Amino acid sequence: MIVAEQKPIDEILRTLDGFKNVLIAACGTCVTVCMAGGEKEALKLAALLQMRDADMKVSVVTPKRQCDMEFVEEILADAAEHDVVLSLGCGAGVQFMSGAIDNKLILPGLNTKFMGVTQDIGVWAEMCQGCGDCVLEQTGGVCPVTRCSKSNFNGPCGGSSDGKCEIDTEVDCGWQLIYDRLEALDQLQRLYQISEPKDWTTSRDGGPRKVHKKEMIL
Amino acid sequence: MMNAAPDQKSRLERLLEAGHFTVSAEVGPPMSASADFVRKKARSLVGIADAANVTDNQTAMVRMSSVAASVLCQQEGLEPVLQMTCRDRNRIAIQSDLLGAHALGLRNLLCLSGDHQAFGNHPQSKNVYDIDSIQLIKGIRELQEDSRFISGSNCKNPPRFFLGAAANPFADPEQLQYIRLHKKIEAGARFIQTQCIYDVERFARWMEYVRRHGLDKKTHILAGLLVNKSVKSLEMTKQVAGMHVPDELVERMKKASDPQEEGVRIALDTIKGLQSIPGISGVHIMAVGWESIVPTIVEEAGFLPRPSLSEVEEANA
Repeated sequence: MIVAEQKPIDEILRTLDGFKNVLIAACGTCVTVCMAGGEKEALKLAALLQMRDADMKVSVVTPKRQCDMEFVEEILADAAEHDVVLSLGCGAGVQFMSGAIDNKLILPGLNTKFMGVTQDIGVWAEMCQGCGDCVLEQTGGVCPVTRCSKSNFNGPCGGSSDGKCEIDTEVDCGWQLIYDRLEALDQLQRLYQISEPKDWTTSRDGGPRKVHKKEMIL
Repeated sequence: MMNAAPDQKSRLERLLEAGHFTVSAEVGPPMSASADFVRKKARSLVGIADAANVTDNQTAMVRMSSVAASVLCQQEGLEPVLQMTCRDRNRIAIQSDLLGAHALGLRNLLCLSGDHQAFGNHPQSKNVYDIDSIQLIKGIRELQEDSRFISGSNCKNPPRFFLGAAANPFADPEQLQYIRLHKKIEAGARFIQTQCIYDVERFARWMEYVRRHGLDKKTHILAGLLVNKSVKSLEMTKQVAGMHVPDELVERMKKASDPQEEGVRIALDTIKGLQSIPGISGVHIMAVGWESIVPTIVEEAGFLPRPSLSEVEEANA
């Protein structure tokens, strides 16, 4: 899922300065799961905003997804009745809504963090950078691009110590994880070959990307 | 000014090939544009060290470029080992800088991942790591041998460097670090500078592995050591990820009446220990923040005078 967290309330209030009739758009998918921008968080934020500014009128809508016209269409009428939309969707949601609702400012209420997983109750961790050319089959299902701080492809740097990364003792060394997993699977021979430089054209480095599924395109 | 001819091998390469036990040191460029700073440091090492690493924004602090500082060292008569990290440059910038470095007469190259920028004075910067250190070594070796850039396109007049890499005998996971050492040598590292050694016994075990696999015959192992002048500096070193400083050594330093003298003694004892281990081709002395002590250590370790190149050439002839 896409993991995000809410912006500080003071920052949100600053961006809302001058608007008195606010529509908060929650999002029913990723950010609901990571408890950053679901209906529950939107209602809580609405109450908080009204506590801070008694003149502000705030309503909440929760489309299933903000990144899909099918669901954004459902909130167009609500948006028309407000001065501004505060989106609790990810960065993709904010941009999609901005395209769909062209006469209103769509403000971001979240900081979008990464593609990740629920690691523990209340803890989400980054797992994928969307490099466009998955190598997980070589590394025991642990991503070197994302989970090594230097995106090393040929093993850990000299800063790996007691299973931790040199940048922070709270951060696991991605290559220790790869090693442990491949050792457990008796697949260490996968690490003997030199990995060639990665072709980053499939990643963001090749420019903004699109995926075309030809059979679906009319 | 000593400018190497295009096809000339570096002093370090020639000494190692001739079987000399080399002594190398480090010159850390300044956090300023002062050429004098580099020149002074370089002059203090002429005749003391066979070559000196010129670090590439070490600990991710902005410093004078390693190419520029290397050229200044060369002008003072100290042969530089240019350090190049993968942290700040993509493959375009790295190859471009190396073409320029060769054109300016630099002949030794140490390829490194580089300390993560989280350590330094610009933690806000973008993290490049387009290629890793092993891909860098292999890419430059292929550029030199096959006249092809990393992309595969042709290079008419490729550079020629004496290529080296680093290895940390104390980093984890141990087995994977050995695999990496094999890969670095296979990629083209003709010398390996090790992380600072405080625990000679543990390093000797690492060297046993190196010899058992004949790696000391495929590359030159240059054993690294750091000189500390105080308990605080030793304790700070101990905190660095991937450094292994035994507690006894900290205790020894704490008990010493003169910590500076004790620091020198520890370094000399380490050198003596290292010299008894077969398979080592040289020592690499890092005296971060205390460079002025290097001549004393080199002298007291009995490494002076350093061989002159003409002696080496004559012996070879």
